Amino acid sequence: MTTAVVHATTVENVTVIATESLSKRFPRVTALDRLSVDIGPGVTGLVGANGAGKSTLIKILLGLSPATEGRAQVLGLDVATHGGDIRERVGYMPEHDCLPPDVSATEFVVHMARMSGLPPTAARERTADTLRHVGLYEERYRPIGGYSTGMKQRVKLAQALVHDPQLVFLDEPTNGLDPVGRDEMLGLIRRVHTDFGISVLVTSHLLGELERTCDHVVVIDGGALLRSSSTSDFTQTMATLAVEVTDTDEHPDGTAVLRARLQERGITLHARVEDGLPGAGHVLLLEAAGEETYDVVRDTVAELGLGLVRMEQRRHHIAEVFRTDEQQQPVPRQAQNQALLKTAAERGDGRDGS
Amino acid sequence: MTAAETRRPDGAQTRIHNIGYRSYDGPRLGRAYARRSLYSQSLRGAYGLGRSAKSKVLPVILFAVMCVPAAIVVAVAVQTKMTDLPLDYTRYAITTQAVIGLFLAAQAPQSVSRDLRFRTVPLYFSRPIERGDYVAAKFAAMASALFVLTASPLIVLYLGSLLAKMDFADQTKGFAQGLVSVALLSLLFAGLGLVVAALTPRRGFGVAAVIAVLTISYGAVSTVQAIADVQGSTGAVPWLGLFSPITLIDGVQTAFLGATSAFPGGHGPGTGTGAVYLLVVLALIAGSYAALMRRYRKVGL
Repeated sequence: MTTAVVHATTVENVTVIATESLSKRFPRVTALDRLSVDIGPGVTGLVGANGAGKSTLIKILLGLSPATEGRAQVLGLDVATHGGDIRERVGYMPEHDCLPPDVSATEFVVHMARMSGLPPTAARERTADTLRHVGLYEERYRPIGGYSTGMKQRVKLAQALVHDPQLVFLDEPTNGLDPVGRDEMLGLIRRVHTDFGISVLVTSHLLGELERTCDHVVVIDGGALLRSSSTSDFTQTMATLAVEVTDTDEHPDGTAVLRARLQERGITLHARVEDGLPGAGHVLLLEAAGEETYDVVRDTVAELGLGLVRMEQRRHHIAEVFRTDEQQQPVPRQAQNQALLKTAAERGDGRDGS
Repeated sequence: MTAAETRRPDGAQTRIHNIGYRSYDGPRLGRAYARRSLYSQSLRGAYGLGRSAKSKVLPVILFAVMCVPAAIVVAVAVQTKMTDLPLDYTRYAITTQAVIGLFLAAQAPQSVSRDLRFRTVPLYFSRPIERGDYVAAKFAAMASALFVLTASPLIVLYLGSLLAKMDFADQTKGFAQGLVSVALLSLLFAGLGLVVAALTPRRGFGVAAVIAVLTISYGAVSTVQAIADVQGSTGAVPWLGLFSPITLIDGVQTAFLGATSAFPGGHGPGTGTGAVYLLVVLALIAGSYAALMRRYRKVGL
C-alpha cells in the first residue's frame, strides 16, 4: 500500500497526462493528429477552436474511446488497458447539460458519488462537503430544475469532485455564464488545485480567460499540438510595471517628466501606452528587471514630488506570448495559427471589456 | 472563508470551524458496487422510493390494484370453505395484464428515458461502470420491479390457500409454477418496455409507445385468434399467439407449467409448439438486452 502510494506520488510529480503521437481518425475526419504532450500537476488549459479535438482527447483519456494509434497515460495508467482504474481516480464535467431537473442537488450528487464507488455514508458526507465548497448552501435541497445556469455549473463541478479525484477534466466550464459567473467559476477552478490539491485539465476556446487560471496552456488546432507552454514562466521573466502619477504645479506634465527621469536611470520603458483603459496616456509601462526597479521608481517619484497614483504589475495576455514567439521562430502553419490565436484573443478581450 | 477558525473566548462549545477541504482516504468499492447501487436505486425508483411524493402515487395504486383482487379471492375462498382456489396461480397475471402494462408504461420511461433526455448517461460512463453494467442494472431493476408486482398477489393467494387448509402439495406446486411464469413474464416485459422507452427519449411518447406495443399486439392477436377459432382453423390459433408478449407467456405456461390456456376455445400450444414459444420468449429477452447495448453504444460521451 505504502509503496503504491509513493509510486503514485512520484508519477504524479513528473506527469499527470502523457500522450505519445496520439491519433484518432474517423472515416472522414482526423480528430487528433500525432499529438504528443506531457502535462504536469496543476491547472492546465487546453485551448482550441470548436472541433479542434479537445473533447475527443478527453474521451480517449477517460479510456472510453480507443486511439487509432499512439499511446496515452493518465496518472501513470495506460488508457487502453486501465480505463476503469483511471475513471475511478479522475472526475469529468461535461460541456453540455447533464442534470435531471426533478431531483435535488444533494440527491443527485450522492447518487453520482455512489456510482464512483463511495460507500453510502461517505457519499453523503462528501456530497455535503463538496456542495459547500463549490458554493451551494440551502438551495441544494431544492430540485435542480429551478437553478440558474451558474448554480447548475456548480452542481456539475461538484459531481466531478465528489469522489476526491486526483485529476478533473472540465469541458468548457464557463460556457453560458455571464462575466461575473465566469470570474467566479475561474476562481473556483483555481481553488480546486490550490486548496483541494486536485490537478485540473480545463478546456476553453477562449485563450484570454485561461491566463489567470492556468499554470500551463496547451493549444491544439486541427488535432495537432500548436504550443505547450507555462504561463508562470512567462510572467516571471517579463513582468511589466504600470506606473501612474499626478501632475503638480512644478511639473505640469508629471508623466513626461517621470518618463525622462527614469530613462536617465537606465530603465527600459515601453513606447506603447495602454489604450482603451482609464488613464490611458498617463500610464507608463516599464520593464521590471527585479525588486530594485520598484525602489528606483519610488525614489524618482519622491524626488520629483509627484503623487504616485498606482504602481502595479501587468501580465501579458497569453495571446501575446504566442504571437511574439511565433514571430521569432516561424512555424509552417503560421498563418493559420495566427488566425486562430487572433480570434481567440479577440474573443478573450471582448469578454474582458464587457 | 479565509479565517480558518473563529473562536469565541467564552465557551468551547460555540466554535465555528471552517475545516477547509478534506480529502477522501476511505474505500472505493468499484464497479460491482456501483452496479449494485444503480440496481437498487432504479428498483426503488420504480416504486417512487427516494423520489417525490407525487411519483409514489401511481406505483402504489397499481400495486394495490394487483393485490386487492387476490385478497378478495382468498377471503371468499376461506369464507365458503372451497377446496381449491377459484383462480389458477398462472392465470392471475394474464387476467391483470392491463395493470402490469400500465405499470411498465409508467416506470420504464422513468427508468431510462430520463437519463437519455437529460444526458446524464455520460456521467455514468465517465465512472468505473461500463455500458454492460448500466444496461444490466437497469434491466434487472425493471424485471425485479415487475416481479414484485406480479409475485405479490401470488403470495397472497398462496398464504390464503394455506389458511383455508387446501391441499398443501397441490397448492405449492401451483404456486411454484406461477412464480416461474411471472418471472419469465417480468423479464420479457422489462426487456420490451425498456427497449421501447430507450428509443423514445421523451417520456410522454415513451409511455404511449409502451402501452401501444402491449395493447395493440394483444388486441390484434386475440382478434385474429378469435376469427380463426370461429372459422374452424383451430390449428392456427396456437401459432398466432407467438405475436404478442402476453400470449407468448400464456403459451409457455400452457405447454410447460400446467396452465389452462386463455386462448379462444382453449386451443393452447402442445409441447412441440410450446418449445417454439419458449425459444421465442428467450430470444426476445436476449434480443432486448442486445438492442439496449446497441442503443447505449452511441450515447457514450
